[in-house]
Amino acid sequence: MKNVLATGLIGLSLLVSGHAYAEPVKIGVITTLSGGGAGLGIDMRDAFTLAIKQSGNKDIELVIEDDAQKPELAVQIAEKMIQSDKVDLMTGIIWSNLAMAVVPNAVAQDVIYLSPNAGPSALAGANCHPNYFNVAYQNDNFHEAMGQYANQDYKNTFILAPNYPAGKDSLTGFKRFYKGELAGEVYTQVGQTDYAAEIAQIRASGADSVFFFLPGGMGIAFMKQYAQSGVDIPVMGPGFSFSQDVLPAVGDAALGVKNSATWAKDLDNEASREFVEAFQSEYNRLPSIYAAQSWDTANLILSALSKASVQDKEAFRAALKEADFDSVRGEFKFNTNNHPVQNVYIREVVKEDDVLTNTIVGTAFEDHKDAYAEQCNMQ
Amino acid sequence: MSTALLIEQLLNGLQLGVMLFLMAAGLTLIFGVMGLINLAHGSFYMAGAFACATVAAATGSFWIGLIASLITAAAAGAIVEMAVIRRLYERDHLDQVLATFALILIFSEGTRWLFGSFPLYLDIPPLLQGAVPLPGGGQYQLYRLAIIGVGIVVAIGLYLLISRTRLGMRIRAGESDREMIAALGVDISTLYTVVFALGAALAGLAGALVGALQSVQVGMGEPVLILAFVVIVIGGIGSIKGALFGAVLVGVVDTMGRFLLPQALMLVLPPSQTALISGALASMLIYIVMALILAFRPTGLFAAQP
Amino acid sequence: MRQIVTREAITNAGLALLLLVVPLAASVMDEPFYVTLATRITVLALAAVGLNIALGLGGLVSFGHAAFFGLGGYAAGILATHAFNAQPLFLGIQATTSMPAIWLVAVVACGLVALPVGAISLRTSGVYFIMITLAFAQMIYYFAISWPAYGGQDGLSIYVRNTFPGANTAQPLPFFLICYGLLLLGLALFWALGGSRFGAALHTARQNATRLAAVGIAPFKIRLTAFAISAMVTGLAGALFADLNRFASPSMLSWHMSGELIVLIILGGKGRLFGPVAGAMLYVLFEYALGGITERWQLFLGLILLGVVLFARGGLMGLVAGKERYG
Repeated sequence: MKNVLATGLIGLSLLVSGHAYAEPVKIGVITTLSGGGAGLGIDMRDAFTLAIKQSGNKDIELVIEDDAQKPELAVQIAEKMIQSDKVDLMTGIIWSNLAMAVVPNAVAQDVIYLSPNAGPSALAGANCHPNYFNVAYQNDNFHEAMGQYANQDYKNTFILAPNYPAGKDSLTGFKRFYKGELAGEVYTQVGQTDYAAEIAQIRASGADSVFFFLPGGMGIAFMKQYAQSGVDIPVMGPGFSFSQDVLPAVGDAALGVKNSATWAKDLDNEASREFVEAFQSEYNRLPSIYAAQSWDTANLILSALSKASVQDKEAFRAALKEADFDSVRGEFKFNTNNHPVQNVYIREVVKEDDVLTNTIVGTAFEDHKDAYAEQCNMQ
Repeated sequence: MSTALLIEQLLNGLQLGVMLFLMAAGLTLIFGVMGLINLAHGSFYMAGAFACATVAAATGSFWIGLIASLITAAAAGAIVEMAVIRRLYERDHLDQVLATFALILIFSEGTRWLFGSFPLYLDIPPLLQGAVPLPGGGQYQLYRLAIIGVGIVVAIGLYLLISRTRLGMRIRAGESDREMIAALGVDISTLYTVVFALGAALAGLAGALVGALQSVQVGMGEPVLILAFVVIVIGGIGSIKGALFGAVLVGVVDTMGRFLLPQALMLVLPPSQTALISGALASMLIYIVMALILAFRPTGLFAAQP
Repeated sequence: MRQIVTREAITNAGLALLLLVVPLAASVMDEPFYVTLATRITVLALAAVGLNIALGLGGLVSFGHAAFFGLGGYAAGILATHAFNAQPLFLGIQATTSMPAIWLVAVVACGLVALPVGAISLRTSGVYFIMITLAFAQMIYYFAISWPAYGGQDGLSIYVRNTFPGANTAQPLPFFLICYGLLLLGLALFWALGGSRFGAALHTARQNATRLAAVGIAPFKIRLTAFAISAMVTGLAGALFADLNRFASPSMLSWHMSGELIVLIILGGKGRLFGPVAGAMLYVLFEYALGGITERWQLFLGLILLGVVLFARGGLMGLVAGKERYG
């Protein structure tokens, strides 16, 4: 009996004194791997698994599941990961509405969630949580940057977005920094694929510029139809509609369009160059911004694991909050509400060797913070 | 609001309607002749778009892609009919709904397996790029006019096919009395396969034409499918004429609703509310129209069968 | 001679017992996820039992029951949100987090919506009925995603699960038992309706509406009543589903959800008392098991469903309990 106890004690002391990263860590990744939105989830997963693989950390176990872009299914998978797989950390969700379904419950059960994409305003303000870290952006950020950029050249902008919360956040974000007049403000139907009616309105509105936020297939359809219609009012938008996953489908219609994002593959830093090279050689395609954010999420987790044990939530949260990793986005820190403080850039779509991609042409904000942090009562 | 803008929006509504007609014609034909509800009709639309995009990318020609889309969709239709659908004719609508619902899952994931998860590129052919002037000072995109033209040609073609040919005679006979055509020695199962493949080919054509305007991606058929169902229910199930009328009605109501509702609401509501509320109303509008029509004409406007 | 204990009755009892014993065992073995999974099965089964009243008893193929499922969910979500933020609902009425009160609101709301929807839809029949119910559900779906007040497309989070007197609903097992109890009540209602004069009238309305009219019963009223009851049961399930996920979202209202409810019934065996239970068990287990194996799980789910329709008519109950008996 004594021996058993002694062995136990030795084991325990080894555990305490040993390196923090020598213990097994389970990370649950819920992302969209089937259906129309699967491209984004696949980029997320590929970058994340690649970063973990490159770290050589054998103690990390990934549990990856497909949410099919359905909130109910995402909730069920999250429950399974928390209750059955007993994961220490969770990440992976692409869409705001799925994040809203999963995150409040997960963090309430003392699981740390790191968002590699999607930053609904509801989770950044009064409902912020110490277990919730957003490694991507707050939903308004890209749109705010476009509003700031529009002030340079434009006085009369026509703005449109889908009629759902992220769409409203988008136009609110744009208007927060834009000082000119609005030639029109239109909310389109979610999932709408024909924009002839809106384009006709734009043509007739006398606008000097168009700002649109239409993620996924909606943006592809809008850009193609806009270019085909022959309307020559300049368009601009957040980087989502000009990301590496959709550019091939938009085609040359996107050439020259200014868009905002926190990263492009030509961003001048060592981490970004390494990331692009690693991703390209592993998967033989250019990484999207979703891949970049996911890569950062993985490296943030790795950095925290080298400082603290995931079992000690308090210490681990503190280690995460230090954000002591080489972000592909350059300078990166967390604000009081665990959302990023980072630069937002203006990019332009260009063609390199017959491949459409983005190049950075300016900086809209330096060390930009989101507008909701004040409503969050965390320190 | 200028006349030119109004005309342009009406044409946009017409173009959407014509596209819906290509979908709805096949659906209503399949229901009229075989009595089958086909939820998987949107999958043929998707198949057409993917075939066109792939072949156009490989050959550099939209036109070869268009032919490929017709062949692919027709072939997919014929295969599905022979493998699955013909076992469902004698079943009730419930089994048909479930089986074709299952086919949607199979088609969507199968397409993703073959073509990957990223949307494909398809542009309108150089011949149809550009715009034509409209009376009143506006202009309208040539390609969209061409789609309207294709729709009119298909409508006339279907009319001639059904009223003037042997195949059409059999289709009409099939609609009125299924036992009788068997008694006349017509090979029913071939007739059914042909009708199903014809419907699928029309859906594939619509997919390819629209693929050049939109994004070619998995799941693109589903929103169109629901609209096409609205169309055939408004028009009267089984009636080609009804499908044409319903399609144009839905296309015009939807487009004009999105265009005119904000302007109408602007008169009675503060501007901050207008955009949101008109957005909500515009997206419900066609369903409201459908409910109203069915409330007064429970079998649609041009029901083929009483 | 009628057998008292039929094969179907044994199967039913077995299914009911299985659905109760597995989560109890899982709870003892400290595997709370399986309790959650069983709760999901139970709630979906209740929703399908509701649909089965219209579909199985009344022959009314509603392709829009997601509307009621979602309405029930939003009733729970909206009440919980108002209570959480201590905002009165309207006219100074206070919201509540008490489940029985929420259920009442969900059921009444669904009944009130089902009456006009049913009254218009029941003027049609056959395919038109399928499509008009779909259209009404789509109308409500688009309203929910574009109306800004309650989260729109993002849905509505319930931060703390609603309460039930004398039970800690935050724990998986007590919440499961509540849902299980309601499922048994729903099944009892289905059984009682099926055996009642109302059920007989409904059956006649389906087989021969003229005969029913001849004995002075209006088929329309009978069908409308069945449709409303069916909507109310599905709405109750919706309220439970929102509490289970602690989340109400427009996807509960989508046509995919309507399709899934139909799938549950056919998978289990349509018109059978325990068909929805068997169907929900199979469906959730397929979804769970296939999702763990391959990211192409929807392809295989589709193949399995197709196989069931083509080759296993009568669904699971048909295989296990034998052919459906009439009379």
